[in-house]
Amino acid sequence: MRNVYVLGTGMIKFGRYPEKTVPELGGDAVLTALGDAGIGMDKVEFLACGNFGQANASYAQRILQTVGQTGIPAINVANACATGSTAFREAYLSVAAGLSDIAVAVGVEQMGKQGLLGGGGGGSDPAYSPEGKLGSGLMPAVFGQAGMEHMRKYGTTLAHMAKIAVKSHKHATKNPFAQYRTEVSLEDVVNARMVAYPNTLFMCCPTGDGAAAAVLVSEEKMKQLAGGRKRARVAASVLTTDPYTARDAALPDVSTLTRTAAKQAYEAAGIGPEDLSLTELHDCFASAELVHYENLYLCKEGEAGKFIDEGGGQHPGLGGKVPVNVSGGLLSKGHPIGATGVANICEVVWHLTQDERARERQVPNAKVGLAHVIGLASACTINILTV
Amino acid sequence: MAEQAKVQDAKAADSGPRPIVPFLKLEPKPHLVGKKCGKCGATYLSPTRIACAQCLSKGPFSDATLPDHGKVHVFSVIHQSFPGIKTPYITAIIDLADGVSVRANVIDFSPEAAEKDPHSLFDLPVEMVTEVVGKDREGHDVVRFCYRPKK
Repeated sequence: MRNVYVLGTGMIKFGRYPEKTVPELGGDAVLTALGDAGIGMDKVEFLACGNFGQANASYAQRILQTVGQTGIPAINVANACATGSTAFREAYLSVAAGLSDIAVAVGVEQMGKQGLLGGGGGGSDPAYSPEGKLGSGLMPAVFGQAGMEHMRKYGTTLAHMAKIAVKSHKHATKNPFAQYRTEVSLEDVVNARMVAYPNTLFMCCPTGDGAAAAVLVSEEKMKQLAGGRKRARVAASVLTTDPYTARDAALPDVSTLTRTAAKQAYEAAGIGPEDLSLTELHDCFASAELVHYENLYLCKEGEAGKFIDEGGGQHPGLGGKVPVNVSGGLLSKGHPIGATGVANICEVVWHLTQDERARERQVPNAKVGLAHVIGLASACTINILTV
Repeated sequence: MAEQAKVQDAKAADSGPRPIVPFLKLEPKPHLVGKKCGKCGATYLSPTRIACAQCLSKGPFSDATLPDHGKVHVFSVIHQSFPGIKTPYITAIIDLADGVSVRANVIDFSPEAAEKDPHSLFDLPVEMVTEVVGKDREGHDVVRFCYRPKK
């Protein structure tokens, strides 16, 4: 496999764009990424587009119809919340395998005010819909209970999880690309409307619209086109699914596949968790971020609560250590499903290359960054980037 | 004779209540049925299986009656749900006595108390009960299973 670099990135501010079409949102991110890379669509040899909610809409082709119909191979990717990061990995694989020298990954989603995802089943007669009658399969319940497993085992509290939300909302105040940039206090978070215990409103990510794109190139092309600028290398790009557990039918296991992916990614990149300058992880809920501290080996088993209490996850500029989700995370940056996985790679790349788009929240001397996404049921991606 | 009995059974079933999911059986008394892998023992809640996701064998699979009691593994209290679903309610993962887990509502336990002292619900012994939760388009009562603290 060949070395692959991220030559350019583009992202629109996450929010709500009812007046725009999905190909316009995605095309906007693609053109920004190409502009950042200093090339045009005529140089692109492959495109992977991630979109989940309208996976049958052929947005890869419709984005090409918006920004340039050059006849290149293009694919549409749907992989739950890991949709965008899986599209990124497809573009990475195309370049790494030598099938193309320049590839684009774009993730885009227009969710509007859609909420409470999941909880399907039951066929056409609503009387047989199990949601609310046989417990809840909605995302707040699933990820709430992932946090409850930690509470049960280690005595972690709602306050620990609430502190994560305080931290990430504070981070977002420095990110102009975030959907929500309002600081909240611990009191605000704890007293906010409960959605699904232990997650209150501020501990749940919003839905919304967004797009992000990355241009991936071979080492040779990077040297030709980067013009001496520092570009990030994809040191690992891993995708896993969840192995069988006896509780599968009742509660998806969001941890094991993340741990497997983390081990594979650290090994492929030749680094350990202690080498990470920053991590963007999948905090769809504050309770999810809590368990992923341990799943990504950012702290010891059972010590996620202690990690938070001691400033873990906070930006070093705020006196913290092991920065996690300095973008504001899904909790405040937003989670337009298909865009999420590409956007968190953009964030990591911006810190590694001292890009002006991360200026206000730059992690000093960033050399290695990790981007993690998990989607039910279940796909996990981990991309590690280095400079 | 057997044919006649079958016809009568079908008629009785046709006018009677219906389980909300196929793995809930209402006769002779309400119980859950899983499909058990003869090779490794993994038990699934789907009514049919073509292979085992744990041991990768093609079975054989047999019906296994699941215990009507277990313990609460974890739970959440749901405050926001679909239209028509009364909140707050407790959703929980119940570890049944034979190692199989199911997702269900827990009744007869205060959601407020569960939030105040979550550890009071972890490992709580519970037993299965059934309830009518609505009528389908053909007018049949639809029955769910749920769990209450064991008496």
